[in-house]
Amino acid sequence: MPPMPKAHLGFLLALVLGGVLSGLSDRIDPYHLDVLIGVGINIVLAVSLNLIAGHTGQFSLGHAGFMAIGAYATAAVTIFLGPHLIGDTAAPGGLAENTLFGSALLIGGLAAALAGLLVGIPSLRLRGDYLALVTLGFGEIIRVLLQNFEPLGGALGLNGIPAYTTVFWVVAAGAATVFTVGCLVRSNYGLGFLAVRDDEIAASAAGLDPARYKVVAFTVGAFFAGIAGGLFGHFKMTITPSGFDFSRSIEIVVMVILGGLGNTVGVILAAVLLTLLPEFLRPVAEYRLVLYSLLLIGLMLARPQGLFTFRTHRAVPRA
Amino acid sequence: MLTEFLQQLVNGLSLGAIYALIALGYTMVYGVLRFINFAHSDVFMVGAFAGLYLAPLAPAGSILGGLVVVGGAMLASALLGVAIERLAYRPLRQAPTLNVLITAIGVSCLLQSAGQLVFGAAPRSFPVIFPARALSVGGLDFSSNQVVVLVFAAILVIGLRLIVFHTRMGAALRAVSQNPRAARLMGIDNDVVIRFTFALGSALAGAGGVLYAVNYPTIDPLMGVLPGLKAFVAAILGGIGSIPGAALGGLLLGLVETFVGGSQYSTYKDAIAFALLILFLLFRPAGLLGKARIEKV
Repeated sequence: MPPMPKAHLGFLLALVLGGVLSGLSDRIDPYHLDVLIGVGINIVLAVSLNLIAGHTGQFSLGHAGFMAIGAYATAAVTIFLGPHLIGDTAAPGGLAENTLFGSALLIGGLAAALAGLLVGIPSLRLRGDYLALVTLGFGEIIRVLLQNFEPLGGALGLNGIPAYTTVFWVVAAGAATVFTVGCLVRSNYGLGFLAVRDDEIAASAAGLDPARYKVVAFTVGAFFAGIAGGLFGHFKMTITPSGFDFSRSIEIVVMVILGGLGNTVGVILAAVLLTLLPEFLRPVAEYRLVLYSLLLIGLMLARPQGLFTFRTHRAVPRA
Repeated sequence: MLTEFLQQLVNGLSLGAIYALIALGYTMVYGVLRFINFAHSDVFMVGAFAGLYLAPLAPAGSILGGLVVVGGAMLASALLGVAIERLAYRPLRQAPTLNVLITAIGVSCLLQSAGQLVFGAAPRSFPVIFPARALSVGGLDFSSNQVVVLVFAAILVIGLRLIVFHTRMGAALRAVSQNPRAARLMGIDNDVVIRFTFALGSALAGAGGVLYAVNYPTIDPLMGVLPGLKAFVAAILGGIGSIPGAALGGLLLGLVETFVGGSQYSTYKDAIAFALLILFLLFRPAGLLGKARIEKV
């Protein structure tokens, strides 16, 4: 059992770092700032998917769907409720605005968590590739529903979202995700996630309730994906349903696989790597997806435990 | 009213026949290897492009020319399917299902992105390869291409049935799908059977690709994604692993989708398949014609 206070300390340090970075953000090159925010959002996405797919072993292909729900819910709050709550005169970057954004993110996260709960329920009966398909279908259904929902812009998407996302919010969300997921899986309760992943039948024979662990993993994972969606929307200032399609989910899956399923540090490194890589690969941008898919196949053939995993828990490979 | 209904029925059946052709490949591979071959939908896409490049070589607008194009596309797809199996899936024969699934997704993305580089990302129009005529029977309007699709699909499904139930290879295929270890003890080379399964399934997908392109005359490297996913849903609807089930599921899904597409809810058409998928997996995971299996420890 690692000492808890260390994790708390790390969380606080990250918040301070976020505050400092935010305070200095005028002096940082805007391009670097953008990349930094992109990295942070991807870390939130990858670490939250890692809870579902890595620690609990429930392969999900619908993470972009949760992200979409969070993005739309958060944007709906800030666009439609925001002007009534804080008025038009609130100082940009002031307390009122940040309080609004914070609560909107929370609402977005909760909306996504509710969706996660709904998806978690079929996972009680399904496993492996069937579950992957249900999550995929779920992501597609979300996309089609959003495309048909005119009050939120329909297929054209939602424009004019206020640019509330700052470095502070991104760092805070990243730290909160890593902190929560880390504490969850290291707690006594959280060992159940690993048990369900390693052998569901043995876990239930040992008196654990696999169904509950799966639903909790989906709900918590979806919550943070929703927050990442909210941050994303208020960073790009425009969202479209097609921006949250299957290939977005795949991108997050690649991060988790590359980092190593269940390896939080590895997944963070992979998220950083895969966000920075396209920036360096701009000259060969059209080959990016080819490279990604070759990477995925190559990893599975040569190093299925991920790039950054050097120890594996499982002693005996499953037949 | 009745004419409209029959009209939609014809449209639905010709769409469903294509889903059925793709679904057969999914179901056969699932039967022998127990995993979802995500790349199957992109083999379908490559089949359509093979047809596009073969079409100028064959006499346009004739039955013979059409047969040559479909045959060539089937051959190209079969080769691609076998190559994918050899390079990506065989090394993972002993690996956990999840790894194979991820690899399949990787192969699928690879084919799509490579397709965008090689074929170009813009939609291409598909040439006329079969004699195209507008037919009208008793107030029903349909194109000769719809008839071609239905006839082809019927021939291919019957042919598949003959292969699976009346040849030695077919018997081996059924044996491997029932119990791979016992099949090996009986002297069956599982690798050969798996390669054969991939060739057969991919050939059907290639034929499906050309027939799809004939009816919906533009093709692009991402064209396989939605039909592929829907065909997989069709395979589950019918009962994964069951060959008649895949055909039935395909036709059913094509019909449901066409009727929804013709109604006021047409914009939700693409969500129907997935809603059906989730309902089926929840309430009847074995599908219409599948048998429920109890997982043993």
